[in-house]
Amino acid sequence: MTTWIFRRLIQAIFVVLAMTVIVFIGVNVIGDPVEILISPQADQAERARAVIALGLDRPLWEQYGRFLWNAVQGDLGKSFVFNEPALRLIAQRMPATMELAVTAVLLSIVLGIPLGLYAGLRPNSFAGRSIMAGSIFGFSLPSFWVGLMLIMVFAVQLGWLPSTGRGQTATLFGVQWSFLTRDGLAHMLMPALNLSLGNIALVLRLTRAGARENMPMDYVKFARAKGLSPVRVVFVHVMKNITIPIVTVIGLEFGSTVAFAVVTESVFAWPGMGKLIIDSINVLDRPVIVAYLMMIVFLFITINLLVDLLYTVLDPRVRLESRE
Amino acid sequence: MSTTAGIAREETPFRRFTSEFAESPLAVLGLVIVVIVAVLALAAPFITPQNPYDLAQLDIMDGRLAPGSKSMDGLVFWLGTDDQGRDMLSGIIYGLRISLGVGVGSAIIAGVIGSALGLAAAYFGGKVETAIMRLVDLQLSFPAILVALMILAVLGKGVLNVMLALVLVEWARYARTARGAALVERRREYIEAAECLALPRWRLLAFHLLPNCMPPLIVIGTIQIARAITLEATLSFLGLGVPITEPSLGLLIANGYQYMLSGKYWISFYPGIALLVTIIAINLVGDQLRDVLNPRLKR
Repeated sequence: MTTWIFRRLIQAIFVVLAMTVIVFIGVNVIGDPVEILISPQADQAERARAVIALGLDRPLWEQYGRFLWNAVQGDLGKSFVFNEPALRLIAQRMPATMELAVTAVLLSIVLGIPLGLYAGLRPNSFAGRSIMAGSIFGFSLPSFWVGLMLIMVFAVQLGWLPSTGRGQTATLFGVQWSFLTRDGLAHMLMPALNLSLGNIALVLRLTRAGARENMPMDYVKFARAKGLSPVRVVFVHVMKNITIPIVTVIGLEFGSTVAFAVVTESVFAWPGMGKLIIDSINVLDRPVIVAYLMMIVFLFITINLLVDLLYTVLDPRVRLESRE
Repeated sequence: MSTTAGIAREETPFRRFTSEFAESPLAVLGLVIVVIVAVLALAAPFITPQNPYDLAQLDIMDGRLAPGSKSMDGLVFWLGTDDQGRDMLSGIIYGLRISLGVGVGSAIIAGVIGSALGLAAAYFGGKVETAIMRLVDLQLSFPAILVALMILAVLGKGVLNVMLALVLVEWARYARTARGAALVERRREYIEAAECLALPRWRLLAFHLLPNCMPPLIVIGTIQIARAITLEATLSFLGLGVPITEPSLGLLIANGYQYMLSGKYWISFYPGIALLVTIIAINLVGDQLRDVLNPRLKR
């Protein structure tokens, strides 16, 4: 087990390194680093000085080493626009994104599992079929368009919910949160729902498939024969077996949810790091772009690692296999 | 088969395929819509009431007219106009052209690259396979939007850059599918027979292995076209995709976004409907293709 975790860790570090190489090459070889790293307002002499100061006259591998060394120390350059360390800018906007992503994932569990269970236990009922048909939309509709429609219906036509922004926030542990105030929650509802649509469909389908697969199994018959109530059979015995793939998928999807927040944040003008990256790309604020990419890659790999670990905890079979 | 059995004309593979496909009315509807959309996109310059990018034909006075209103010179704007006074219907048809072109183009390029790598992985095995499949795993562990974002952040916007991003996002799925299909096929006797004939490797891969791996690739291809169109629209909506001179549906939607809050819904709404109908139609066709081409579901 320990060797396995160790091997997995080394693999993760390797992937992070590979990604830094890709991002580095992307920015420094494909793009013009002088243009990228030096403010466009600089004149010729300033440019020349900056090239030397930034070490752009050094060989590429040396530049990469320096980039990596700075990155390890948490220095990914300064934003041209805000004149602040890029990493700090992202860290400031991270809570807004995280709050949105976590709410979206929670929504997908709260809505997806019950709907999926219903569709799985009564696959031929009208409601079960409608749920399945509806889930196709969750996958295939472009999420930005769904977001626009939500705004059009609930904000413009009905006027029930605010259309953009984070609303009133409250401070907890020195960070601003929207979920602590009523106004903030009202602002969060539409973006979170929009972000979770794809995940709801995914969780729903997984739950349904799991329920259909597990219901005819011997252990369910046995539990019934013991005289357990159907509620206990479904929610304790069957759920335990359905949960494993769902946890894995939700874990893995958390990363894409954070990445996809880029779209939702742009539609609802939610001031998270996704909106920051789009704004930065539009004004070519490359240090912020690099910092965001590094951050999200790191986040991804950490999540993948955690999910793998969690998997072994939840499913004894995986543990046994890795021991053999 | 079709050459040997003149009597069994009823049962050529193609006929069986079409009749099975036609079993689902929804899929047929989807196919009809796909054909209509494709024809509209191809014939755009001949059928649109207005060339939306010929500035001489535009009149800023016609800006933001509601659907059904008439222009100064009597042209009816069935779907309204945008802020520049462009006919939305013409804009949408031209937009479909870009959206479909980018989507189909990137799906085909990604399909060729991905299938080639997938087949090579399955056929050669060993280190080649490990290298290719590791790359596939790595690629697939990152969400499409993130990979596309990375590429466009580095390269900047533009039709070709978007296509490159889409190809890089999509190839891995083809590779995985092609490898899966080829692993099964390569153990078959006809491959052994071809090997005994000492055919060159490329010929064996391209003319013997590939045709037999086609069905799952076609299914994936259909779904991937829909995905590519969606992703392109999303990127263009975010302002990272196609440039303003070549607006796709996503960009049209983005342009109308600011007017939506003031109730001028049509600038965003109708391009959105066009996008939606296209994506859903392609998905319907893809779903049915999957059922028909899946040997496990054969009766």
